[in-house]
This record gives sequence, C-alpha cells and structure tokens, in this order.
Amino acid sequence: MLTQQYGLIGVFAVIAFIFPIVTLAFTWLIRPKRPNPLKNSTYECGIETVGDAWVQFRAQYYLFALIFVVFDLEAIFLFPFAVAFNKVGWFALFEAIIFVLMLFVGLIYAWKKNALEWQ
Amino acid sequence: MDLRAIGESFIAWLQGLGIPDGWVLFINWLVGSVLILGLALTLALALIWLERKLAGRIQDRLGPNRVGPYGLIQPIADALKLLTKEDITPAEADRITYNLAPIIAVFHVLMLFAVIPFADQVVGANINVGVLYLMAFGALGTMAMLMAGWASRNKYALLGGFRVVAQLLSYEIPIALVMMIPVLLVGSLNLNDIASGQGGLFGLGWFVWIMPAAFLLYFIAALAEGERAPFDLLEAESEIVAGYNIEYSAMKFAWFYLAFFLNTWILSAIATTLFLGGWQGPFVDKIPALGVVYFFAKTFFMFFLFAWVRATFPRLRIDQMMAFCWKVLVPMGLALLLGAAIIVKMGAEMSWPGYMTNVLLLVMNIVVLLVMLSLLGRYTRTLSETKNKRLFAPELPRL
Repeated sequence: MLTQQYGLIGVFAVIAFIFPIVTLAFTWLIRPKRPNPLKNSTYECGIETVGDAWVQFRAQYYLFALIFVVFDLEAIFLFPFAVAFNKVGWFALFEAIIFVLMLFVGLIYAWKKNALEWQ
Repeated sequence: MDLRAIGESFIAWLQGLGIPDGWVLFINWLVGSVLILGLALTLALALIWLERKLAGRIQDRLGPNRVGPYGLIQPIADALKLLTKEDITPAEADRITYNLAPIIAVFHVLMLFAVIPFADQVVGANINVGVLYLMAFGALGTMAMLMAGWASRNKYALLGGFRVVAQLLSYEIPIALVMMIPVLLVGSLNLNDIASGQGGLFGLGWFVWIMPAAFLLYFIAALAEGERAPFDLLEAESEIVAGYNIEYSAMKFAWFYLAFFLNTWILSAIATTLFLGGWQGPFVDKIPALGVVYFFAKTFFMFFLFAWVRATFPRLRIDQMMAFCWKVLVPMGLALLLGAAIIVKMGAEMSWPGYMTNVLLLVMNIVVLLVMLSLLGRYTRTLSETKNKRLFAPELPRL
C-alpha cells in the first residue's frame, strides 16, 4: 500500500522535473536567437556596470540563517512528538516543554544580544 | 458519484485487458501524474487571470478585458508570447545554476500538488508524512530563488537573493510551528486524516474555530512565504527593480511567474486542509464528489483573501518585517503550540468531554492574541511619541 503511494511520487518527480526542461528545449527551437554584447550585458537600469556583483555581504544574513537552523531543527524534533502526542504520557510533555523553553531562552539571548536587530 | 470508484474501475478495466499487475500500477501512476500536471497548469492560467482581474477591481481599474470575453484568453496569449520571445542569458552569468533555477522553481511547486487531498481519499499520494513533505518541498523554492539571485551575477538580483534568505527562511519557523498544531490535535501527519479529523457539528469542528489565533498566524506567515505584499520585499520594484528574477526573460521568467501563482494557491490549499476542514461540508458523506467542490470553494476563498491583501496594503520595511517575524510571530507560535499541548493532554488525562477541551483551546487562543495585540499596541504608542519628539535623528525604540 505504502509503496504504491510513494511510487506515484517517484513517477511524478521525474515528470515534474522533465516537463520544464522539455518546454525550455521547445522554446529554444522556435525562438529567435540574435545575441549581441550589449544585449548580454548585466542589466542595471541602462547604466554601465561598475565592478563585480559577487561582493562581500553583510554578516547579518548569516546570523539569521544560523538562528533559522536552530529553530528548524527544533521543528523537526517536535514533529514526531506531535504525532505520538496521544500515546505518550505527562513525562514526554514536560520534556517537550523544557526543550521548547530552552530554545525560547536562546531566542531571548539572541534578542538581548541585538542579533535580531536589522542595522 | 464517487471519484474513487472511477479510478478503481479504470484499474479493473486495465486488468481485464490482460496487462500484468506491475504495469497496471505503473500506468496508474503515469495517468495520476499527468492528471496532476494538467490540473496545475490549467489552474495557473486561471489564477493569473483571476488575480489580475481582482487587483484591477480592487484598485478601481478594469483589469484584462481585451482578449476574449472578460479578458479570459489573456493568460493564454501571454503564454504564447513568452514561448516565442528571445531568451537572453547574461554573458557574466553562472550558466548551469542560472538555467537550473527556473526548473527547480517549477519542480518544487508541482511536487507540492502530489499530496493535497482534493476530496476524501482523492489525492495523488496519500502518504503518512504529508505535512513534513509539504515543508520539505516548500523549502526547495527558497533554494531556487537563491540560485537565481546568485547565478545572475547582477547586484539587484543578488540583493533579492539575500532578501530571500532573510525573509523566507525566517517565516518558515512560525509556519512550521503553526502547522504542527493540527498535527498535534489529530495525531497524524497524513493530510487526509487531518482533514477528516475536522468533521461533524456542521463545520464547527474546523480548527479555524478552535484555534483562530493559529489560523491568523498561518495566514500572515503564508503571505510572507508566498512573497506577497505587504511582504514582497524580495521583488520590491521601487528598490531592486524585480529582485532575483531580474535577468530572466521569455520562458524562464514564465516559469518563475507560474511558480509564484501556484505557490500561493498551494498555501491556500494547505490552509484549507489544516484549518478550514479540507473537503468537509454538508452532505459530503452521502455524495463524496461534493468534497471537490467544497475544497475548491474554500481554497479559492483563501486565494481571494491573499489577492485582496496584496492589492490593498503597501510594502513593509525589511527591519520591520524581520522584527515582526522573530519578536512577534515566533514567540506567539511557541506559546500557542505549548498551550495547545498542555490543554489537550489535560483533557485526555482527566477525560474531559470533547467540547470542554475545544472551549479551553479557544479561550487560550484569544488570550494569546490579546496579549500579543496589547504588547504591539504599547510599542506603537511609544513609537508615535518618539516620532513627535524627533527632529532629524530617526532613533526608533526597539521592539
């Protein structure tokens, strides 16, 4: 039963991945192809580009990504808890509460350290 | 009429032709996949027309009205135009990543269609990890946009890509927390089980009545996840032109456009399944095919809400948006989740009647919502007081 369900996902994944490729190949056949250096230059509202776009960027984005990783892992650990919720007792509930509170303390720490401020 | 029966009679007909069982299964999967693909593409055309028409009406314009009656053929005309347009790849771009990004964008949004239950048991793949599957493939969209932003080698696109990381990753936390609440109440990750767990009581069993604050939180976070105004910073026209898809033209742009609309529809469908009772409605147990009608009615209602908000509200600033996520939505999501867990456990251990647990959950939701609103109100008051005092230095108080 279960293999039947996942089989559809497998077949559909192949079709969903190939379909956009086939469409792009089809448009490659019928579209005009007249490139020139001006057309292929980087678009910056008509002004000539200054310097490369791949530059150093703010560490702020890393900070948010780091906090995200922590909370996303929390979500992954809480999903099994939520599914088995009706079968486990008070002890598991308290453990989950302590787990969430620890992360909540982490959020408050990040907050106080100004990691959540967008400067 | 039962939609399930049509599928079963199709399988029986294939077996009657003397095809081996393995091939019958494979043909079944193939037909199902093509059906889902066709549904998704037709929906995309309808949604583009609907959104443009709605936005036009809300903003006192006519919207598309030239091609066909009421402009109905407009999306098809646009698709034909985009198919035959010249496709420009910037000379500087990272070609492989650049070409892969739109493919992944379409792939992720199509994959989400495979597990949405349109009626009882009428679902592409009725898998037991549905909610987790939705989260996993939903996150792949972020990846596609980041790839597009990085590979274009354009400053606007790169800024758009960074904003994708900041916004979509941040709002995934509240959305994950709030999607856990229906899972907790039903005790299953299967979307079909979650929808059928909201039956009875003439629609009063829907989780939106039990957990209104959770539904509101989902709606706000979904606005951000669907890159919609007021959270459409990653394609803010006035700041970074078009964001991550600035260098894309022709069919590659069309794929991003399609993924954007289908993503909103999928977010509406998830809201319908998790909070609005999925296919539940009057007489659905007697005529199962009615479930499809109810499901699409609710989903299009949710889509209308998304379009309405998009056409009405101005854009937020990025610091306001991030602060709102981490300082309002995440604590609120945690509080709702823990509150729901404690109340449901107490109800189960002390064997309260079902309605008692539901009333307590409703009270808990209203309390959490009121506390959040009063905190926000206090913050806005201090904000306006400081604003009156300041002359040049915009020193805003921290939330």
